[in-house]
Amino acid sequence: MRIRVDEGRCQGHARCFALAPELFSVDDYGLSTALRDGEVPVELEAKARLAIANCPECAVEEVGP
Amino acid sequence: MARHTEPVLDWASDFDILDPGYVSDPFPIWEELRRRCPVAHTSRRASTWMPTRYEDVVRIAHDPERFSSAAVGVIPPVGEGTGEPPEPGEVLLAYGLPPITADPPLHTWTRRLLLPWFSHRRVEGYAATTRSIASRLVESFADRGAADAAADYAQQIPARVIGLVLGVPEALSDTFTGWVRDFLEFADDDERRVAGGLAMFRYLSGELERRREEPGDDLLTDLLGARVHEGPVDDAVILGMAMLVLVAGVDTTWSAIGASLWHLATHDDDRHRLVAEPELLPIAVEELLRAYAPVTMGRLVTEDTEVGGCPMAAGERVLLNFAAANRDPEAFPEADRVVLDRAHNRHVAFGSGIHRCAGSNLARMELAVALEEWLRRIPEFHLAPGAEVRWAGGQVRGPRTVPVRFPPSGAQA
Ligand code: HEM
Ligand code: SF4
Repeated sequence: MRIRVDEGRCQGHARCFALAPELFSVDDYGLSTALRDGEVPVELEAKARLAIANCPECAVEEVGP
Repeated sequence: MARHTEPVLDWASDFDILDPGYVSDPFPIWEELRRRCPVAHTSRRASTWMPTRYEDVVRIAHDPERFSSAAVGVIPPVGEGTGEPPEPGEVLLAYGLPPITADPPLHTWTRRLLLPWFSHRRVEGYAATTRSIASRLVESFADRGAADAAADYAQQIPARVIGLVLGVPEALSDTFTGWVRDFLEFADDDERRVAGGLAMFRYLSGELERRREEPGDDLLTDLLGARVHEGPVDDAVILGMAMLVLVAGVDTTWSAIGASLWHLATHDDDRHRLVAEPELLPIAVEELLRAYAPVTMGRLVTEDTEVGGCPMAAGERVLLNFAAANRDPEAFPEADRVVLDRAHNRHVAFGSGIHRCAGSNLARMELAVALEEWLRRIPEFHLAPGAEVRWAGGQVRGPRTVPVRFPPSGAQA
């Protein structure tokens, strides 16, 4: 699974980081980026889905297998 | 003097968010409105719309061009639009309280100056002090077997934490809380609102002068040194920002902590579950924020437009009722039930779009730490028999008294 944070949508709620710190990093302005170029290890796929379902801006997306 | 509130006969065409019944239990009213007329209207005080569906609230929050933050107060000041002279506080704060009262471009750069002060990293640094504040408070009443979870606990935490950010002494926290309440909670009482605003303004002006002489490691010092467009930031902008941090961080967080403890005092299953499964806390905090979102904001319509089939004219106001959005069953199955481990929760308690709460990391940390410290020491508690729980409403909704009883510490639970 591969994910991406849409920079234009992310407003820095940090819900993704709180739910899956292994998958995201947030900067001092709250902007989130997906670690490892968005590559999600199999054992973290459930967490990635949670991050997708909890971002209030719908900024986290699944972009590929 | 506060204005008199006439009883509401029809919520769709004549709503009043200061109606005592609405303040204490707005949920059935929103439910009826969503079914019958999802964008309610009132002509009380000013022509104002109130969407109650998640979709509509989020759409407006994402359209700052048509929905300006020039009018974020949910209650228009009395003199507004009547040609009366502006109030003293308004002249002193020529730029308002940016970023919350600002539209881009002022919004963009003032928000950017604030954000690092509430970043994830910095908030972790405030957690230990917050924990010791909370545990000190719990200790002060744990062996009494009774306390007011709102006044003795929830209310005491946020002003002390904001004091850390602003670099002001903890002893002033009660004074801060008083000013903020005058300013926000009694917004319908103009004299009280203006007096609270002026007191804050004078105090912060004095602090700003002091920082010029004695810089510290705090927000005011940082803003004094900031350079924007190659120049320093106007004092009126700095003071507006500092005032916002005080105003935005106190009543809101206190209301969220108080409402959460009220929920746990009145829902045995949820309380037992949270005590038995403390690892649920971070997700439970989000669910409690969803269910009891404290904040409603206003917007000013800048051009004729339409929301959810409702025409809105330039100059009218709209209420961004984040709490009603969070209870929309279209967006949240079983929206009126608290589901502590709700897995899909795009709640908007902290708003949505460019004004998303700049202090949300701090607020979440305070709420989690406050609940954790309370439950660690007082896992079993319930409302005092015959207790009267009083809710404040308007811009910020939360309980002002939550009298609870519990087995005194030392006694066996
Ligand atoms: C549970 C507690 C809190 C809640 C529910 C809350 C809610 C909100 C909401 C809904 C907004 C959006 C306003 C709008 O759209 O017009 C907002 C903005 C803001 N909040 Fe909070 N807030 C809380 C705590 C805090 C704290 C602790 C601080 C930090 C001092 C803070 C600082 C701010 C600031 C500076 C803004 C303006 C952001 C902007 O306009 O860009 N808030 N808050
Ligand atoms: S939850 Fe969404 S908006 Fe928030 S930081 Fe993550 S991607 Fe950005």
